[in-house]
Amino acid sequence: MDFAYISEIALYAAFILYLIATFFFGATIRDKHTSKVDGGRSKPAIIGIWITQIGFAAQVVYFVTRWIASGHAPLSNMFEFVTFFGMSMVLAFIILYYIYRLPVLGLFALPIAMIVIAYASMFPTDLAPLVASLQSHWLYIHVSTVSIGNAILAISFVTGLIYLIRQIDQTKRSKQTTWLEIVIFTLFVTVGFIVSTTGFNLADYNATFNYPENDQIVTTHYHLPAIAGPNEGELVTEDAMKPWFEAPGWMLGSDAGRKFNTVIWSIIFGSVIYGIVRIILRKRVGAAIQPLLKKVNPDLLDEVTYRSVAIGFPVFTLGGLIFAAIWAQIAWNRFWGWDPKEVWALITFFFYAVFLHLRLSRGWHGEKSAWLAVGGFAIIMFNIVVVNLVLAGLHSYA
Amino acid sequence: MEKLKCECGHVNPQGTVLCEACGKPVEGNQSVDGNDEHVLLNMRYEGSSRRSNKYNQSFVDRIWTFFSSVKVGVILIAIALAASAIGTIFPQKLHIPEGAPSRDPAVFYEASYGLIGKIYYQLGFHDLYDSWWYMILIALIGISLVICSLDRFIPLRRALKLQRPIRNTTFLSRQRLYSESDHVSAEETEQVKNKLKDMRYNIREEDGHIFAEKGRFSRWGPYVNHIGLIIILIAAILRTTPMFYLDEFLWVREGQQLTVPGTNNEFQIKHEKFTLETYGQSEEDLKFKEAIESQDELVAKNYQTDAIIYELNEDAVAGDDDALEVYSEPSIRLNHPTKFGGYTMYQSGYQEEFSSMSFKLYDVDDPDEEAIGTFTFDLLDPSETMFTLDDGYTVEVVQYLPDFELVDNVPKQKSDYPKNPGFVFAVHPPDGGEPEVSFAAIGINFDPNTVDSSGGELNQYKLGIIDVDERYVSGLAITRDYTLPLFGLGALIFMIGVIQGMYWQHRRIWLHPTEDKLLLAAHTNKNWFGVKKDIEKAIENTSIVMAHDQQELEDKLKEKESDEQK
Repeated sequence: MDFAYISEIALYAAFILYLIATFFFGATIRDKHTSKVDGGRSKPAIIGIWITQIGFAAQVVYFVTRWIASGHAPLSNMFEFVTFFGMSMVLAFIILYYIYRLPVLGLFALPIAMIVIAYASMFPTDLAPLVASLQSHWLYIHVSTVSIGNAILAISFVTGLIYLIRQIDQTKRSKQTTWLEIVIFTLFVTVGFIVSTTGFNLADYNATFNYPENDQIVTTHYHLPAIAGPNEGELVTEDAMKPWFEAPGWMLGSDAGRKFNTVIWSIIFGSVIYGIVRIILRKRVGAAIQPLLKKVNPDLLDEVTYRSVAIGFPVFTLGGLIFAAIWAQIAWNRFWGWDPKEVWALITFFFYAVFLHLRLSRGWHGEKSAWLAVGGFAIIMFNIVVVNLVLAGLHSYA
Repeated sequence: MEKLKCECGHVNPQGTVLCEACGKPVEGNQSVDGNDEHVLLNMRYEGSSRRSNKYNQSFVDRIWTFFSSVKVGVILIAIALAASAIGTIFPQKLHIPEGAPSRDPAVFYEASYGLIGKIYYQLGFHDLYDSWWYMILIALIGISLVICSLDRFIPLRRALKLQRPIRNTTFLSRQRLYSESDHVSAEETEQVKNKLKDMRYNIREEDGHIFAEKGRFSRWGPYVNHIGLIIILIAAILRTTPMFYLDEFLWVREGQQLTVPGTNNEFQIKHEKFTLETYGQSEEDLKFKEAIESQDELVAKNYQTDAIIYELNEDAVAGDDDALEVYSEPSIRLNHPTKFGGYTMYQSGYQEEFSSMSFKLYDVDDPDEEAIGTFTFDLLDPSETMFTLDDGYTVEVVQYLPDFELVDNVPKQKSDYPKNPGFVFAVHPPDGGEPEVSFAAIGINFDPNTVDSSGGELNQYKLGIIDVDERYVSGLAITRDYTLPLFGLGALIFMIGVIQGMYWQHRRIWLHPTEDKLLLAAHTNKNWFGVKKDIEKAIENTSIVMAHDQQELEDKLKEKESDEQK
């Protein structure tokens, strides 16, 4: 039996099931039962949550079979880690769904989890050997706890975002509406990333570059036409598009030029898709979604935002700081080393500590709290995406 | 100090907002917690007298007040956050890549990142986390942590300890949850009391007044977690002293036996064998074929030092063979350090070096380069420098450079480790004539006369390398860190405090009979929904009116007003 193959199929299945479930949660918006008690009892919501759980089970199958196939838990590179993060988000959603019976949460949380999983699959998905520095039980303990902590905190972003779309006055343009549009736009950029990468991959585009890295000449393959070439790189492939400019030298992550180029394409595609949507809607995207959320209880959203921070914060602290420190002590003989990833974990910790202090001691509820939840998620994603890809450090495993 | 006597008879310290015993608002102090502007009382610290809220403040009081503000604390954290974030933009001094053209910070940042890099360096961000101002920032956060906690904890504890079941009616009517009921019988009150008891409330009674309380310990959660953080900060300070923290490094060659540094000669280590494994060698690695092929370099599977640790026997005489006892025979691997006598030893690096080199002497005119004689030079113990070969030839090693580089055609010593050895030989012919001088190294065989413009005669003999022996040198880190348990304790206490404060609530319910009514009031520090459910359950099947949520009423009223204004 080929476990690697089963694993691949199971992940696809999970993805499609999440997509179907999203539509069922979408159908609950027009449903009459939206109060806290009834919300979860409506037919589409019940079907939606069941499909979500089957999808989650499929993803567990992916996880287990990949583990069997490779001999180590699939948490060792960017593809595996980010996929697990998406899976944790679904789990966090399922748990909070059963506590609060809030179908609208599924409508937003599942697509965001799907974007995360799709993002993961853009990294090399081959079964990879476990480098010596990762051969420890702490890999499983540390990475899975961090991921679950992040996922629970991500739910606070989801409810915070729904809260903001629901509550912000869209009748006139303001600072709030602009910022909210920026947040929504970044979601479009992520979609742009997936569309551009998938599109050019299907077209089998390839341009090869040689460029110097740490006194060595390295080869890289661009699968998107090069707008930004590698720093001091040389195009090898004939009749491929010549880069318009070079990636700046201060981008230190390995293969920074290719990643920077991907970011540029994501923004281009994201902007185009966003532009088309705006032309169709003829108003801000936030303003277009707002009427759909009329029946959602904002206090309940605020409560879920707080609860997910209250649960996610200790879990993240345990995984991202305490377990991380213990492993760093065992592996590198120092529990703290000011590596960029560590610093950003500390920043995340401090940020949510501030969130809780402002809420519990200075009464920052509702909109203020929701903005903070959005900001916190931005920090988490920065730590997962930018720190790994742009800043050099000990966590660059992909 | 002036004391405030309440009408209930309790004497409160100056600055009290709500009487510690009965909760009656103290006249003149209501602006402190903003009670004068709201219907509801601010219950955050029970209206207790906090040092930071005193009117007549000395210099010390002012400093205290400054640090006791949550706002100041949050701002300090925000500054630390911003600084830490900036510190990750470029690599820190310690993390300057090894391949960099220059690892001198003064050169590196400007050369790599231009003007921004130069500014970054000049502002000290390249060594941010050790800079004095970052330390001060962390210290200020620590001070803020201690003062914030003390300023609130002590009076809060006092107020919760002194509270009496009989509360002032103003206090009750200005609670968020409040109701008044007529004609409540004594049996009904008794029933409520028993139900609350069943829900694990602590009941106290005084003169028919019932006070039910639950989960008071959750109020201490924030202070407990701050104690945890303070312990972590103390541990960090202790770690800077050698008594608590020792950190040494050792390079040991295969076959070599050395004293472990930092252990007061108590321990020795013998390096038996070093193992470096990479993926792709065994059959089970086949499943990773594609991933390995897509990598430019080999993927390390294992770094391992097999060693013997000896402990010095205290009773034995020095130099005695029995002085050393085998303590352990560990395989030290990355992620799997070994421990002995309070020390921990980590696999932290390796090098490959040459241990010996064999040469042959031959005649430059011989096309077959047949050896006149051969000899082996021990690179690790270069004491033997004269080698007498067959036919009376003698080769002398005039100079031995373990690790050299050529600078303007002149060999310069780079390090003491035999990584790239070079030799200056003098060949003494059997006839006792002038010795010939030549330079040899891997890939280099150099006759100084070819560049010497003086036009000396060319050498007749050459030395060629016929064999090299390599061996590994293992880099091992040794630490003894007594602060680790303290860090662990701090982290544990922090987690306990967070959970204690976040997942439990302090709930209080008061039943207060007046001449013709029963007043019901309740307070919780969070989760109002939960305490409402408790009350509903307790007053089930009685004529007691469910408590109204006065906050919601107030909010609704405000909303209505603002709607009307529109």
